[in-house]
Amino acid sequence: MIEADSEKLDNIIKKYDGQEGFLIQLLLDLNNELNWLSKDVIWQLSRRIGIPKSQIFRVASFYKAMSLKPVGRHKISVCMGTACQVRGAERLLDTTESRLGIKPGETTIDRNFTLNRVNCIGCCAIGPVIVADDNYHGRMNSKKTEKMLKTLGAE
Amino acid sequence: MERLTSREVAICTGTGCLGLGAAKVVRAFSSEIEKRDLQNDVRIKETGCPGFCEKGTLVVVYPPGVYYMGVQPEDVQEIVEETLVNGNLVKRLLYSDPVTGKKAIREEDIPFYSHQMRLLIKDNIKINPKNINDYLELGGYSALSRALTQMKPQEVIDEIKSSGLRGRGGGGFPTWQKWQSTRDAPGIIKYVIVNCDEGDPGAFMDRALMEGNPHSVLEGLIIGAYAVGAHTGYIYVRMEYPLAVENARFALQQARERGFLGKNILDSGFDFDASVHRGAGAFVSGESTALMNALEGKVGEPRPKYIHTSECGVWNRPSVLNNVETWANIPLIINQGSAWFSTIGTKRIKGTKIFSLVGKVNNTGLVEVPMGISLADIIYKIGGGIPGGKKLKGVQTGGPSGGIIPAKDLQTPVDFDELTLLGSMMGSGSIIVIDEDTCVVDLARYFVDFLCDESCGKCTPCREGLKRLREILDGIVSGSGSEGDLLLMKEIADLMKNASLCALGRLAVNPVLSSMNYFPEEYAAHIIEKKCPSLACKALVSYLIEPELCIGCDLCLKNCLQRAIEQEMGICSIDQSLCTRCGICFDVCPPKARAVKKVSPGLCQPNDYGGQKRSGKA
Repeated sequence: MIEADSEKLDNIIKKYDGQEGFLIQLLLDLNNELNWLSKDVIWQLSRRIGIPKSQIFRVASFYKAMSLKPVGRHKISVCMGTACQVRGAERLLDTTESRLGIKPGETTIDRNFTLNRVNCIGCCAIGPVIVADDNYHGRMNSKKTEKMLKTLGAE
Repeated sequence: MERLTSREVAICTGTGCLGLGAAKVVRAFSSEIEKRDLQNDVRIKETGCPGFCEKGTLVVVYPPGVYYMGVQPEDVQEIVEETLVNGNLVKRLLYSDPVTGKKAIREEDIPFYSHQMRLLIKDNIKINPKNINDYLELGGYSALSRALTQMKPQEVIDEIKSSGLRGRGGGGFPTWQKWQSTRDAPGIIKYVIVNCDEGDPGAFMDRALMEGNPHSVLEGLIIGAYAVGAHTGYIYVRMEYPLAVENARFALQQARERGFLGKNILDSGFDFDASVHRGAGAFVSGESTALMNALEGKVGEPRPKYIHTSECGVWNRPSVLNNVETWANIPLIINQGSAWFSTIGTKRIKGTKIFSLVGKVNNTGLVEVPMGISLADIIYKIGGGIPGGKKLKGVQTGGPSGGIIPAKDLQTPVDFDELTLLGSMMGSGSIIVIDEDTCVVDLARYFVDFLCDESCGKCTPCREGLKRLREILDGIVSGSGSEGDLLLMKEIADLMKNASLCALGRLAVNPVLSSMNYFPEEYAAHIIEKKCPSLACKALVSYLIEPELCIGCDLCLKNCLQRAIEQEMGICSIDQSLCTRCGICFDVCPPKARAVKKVSPGLCQPNDYGGQKRSGKA
């Protein structure tokens, strides 16, 4: 683990010092900070907080918010909630998949994009919705998706 | 309209409007007002979601409350010039009745709002959720003060009991009963919890309340803590709602600064504090016992419920867990009395319920209505009917654990018991309207796929049963279903219903059973004729270009990502072996031509880039 990451890890651990049941909150912060949780990070974390690696892996692999694989610079999430689904989210996902050449859960080779499908982000009234790096795009269609991906650097 | 000097521009900055560009609208207002040097006369307020997300961005100018819809940054200059400076209306941005074309100026003139009974979400457009003063100005925290100074804890529970309030999270369990058993449970340490892990796809009322009026939830929570004798509380918000997390944290901090949280609250001698916990993305964590596991930092799997959580919950201590909406009802009941509250709703179920009305309906958004109103009233009076002159096929309620209610049962009054009788449930309150273009078999498959993805895997009936159901449904929608499938699915469903550990597995069969029950002809068409009557199942449809209608505009050819379209002598045609049925050609074909047609049964299997099966965690 590089030194900068190690420092970040220490700072986050400090935040939860003396609390009970902090593992999920800590992993969320760590994932936000480092973008993903490498084996090395989990190893170090286990040593520093005294929770077995197996337990950390179990939590990190159970929850969707944590990634055990490196992710791309831009995170594209296509909402697959029911309201988006009945308004054509499946087709939107198809377009995004073939545009980026990856399936949900995968990252492009140039590490520019990671594509995910999410189960409802609560913007049902403006569906179908795509979230690109924390920006919500409502009433999406293939054309708008294409434009959005282009501005984020899709070739 | 009279010109007034002290004006307020309320702009909805809920997640829905933000998705339609509200942040740009706010910036445009700031710079326009600054440009005209109106900062002292006009105040901009960024508010929570009032519900009419369909027409975002929503902007209300007070006084007198002119309601502008669909506002874009380029409209801002005109609003400032005409309404704020000259005192005129910008008519094109007002709500216009789709039938009569009549314009509505204020909120109460708009049918979407006027047919509702808005007790919980009416204040969202008046409150900046990051500013506790807005909530206090509307009488906020007066219920807390009343409960702490004038009522004994047991009296609070009695008041809730006589109000008849039942939990809004889906189960409909009487709220007072939970509170009472926690109060009566032995031990000094007890907990109160807000469940804002709103995982039901299609539901977003908890998000709107938590984002838009977090103090109303917090006030309810503090009153509940006082009633049951808890000194620690948790607000569990799913991380998919970043704005709700942020606003809940703000609310806690501001409440602490004002002495509504902490030691000796309002000099009553009562101590209480709460913290925000983020959910980490697991649908099953919304189940009460699973949520408690997650609060302890563990994997969010449900526990068996031999002992109620009200006696043995978080850290094995008595815990009261209620939904966001339930907590938000508490200050109302304390302030206005249980007698008033129990006049609203039906005989058995009191109060209002917020529904999220989404899908194929004209006015989508959040709808707060008294319990017992009919589905037809919600869809036609408030929702304004089905867009595009299409036929309503049914309504899906209750999320993935609910069922599909056919159009013939739309007069059913909405309450916990009536919807359960129809094989669906109210759940957290999502109403997803489906029209003739939605295939119910595909919808059932979608829910099973969703739950398969979200099942924690702890108990076998749910884990394996869902997988088998998905396999069978995948087969049916891709044209390889057989006649024995329906019986087999019923058998699996029965087993899951009886033997699953938690409600996720027990209710997971609802979408399958209700769709088989109400729409047997659609299943038959898929299995026997290999045909999708709604033209929705990819493997069973093909796209065709009718040569006599094609105008040779080449739009389809240019947009086809698979290069499956070729043009010869000014007429396009689709190479079926390359086509993935993505439907772009259908979308881009100009309305005057409408040359691209969908047919079912399909001409051949699609080129399977995506296919029907899609699952798995990222």
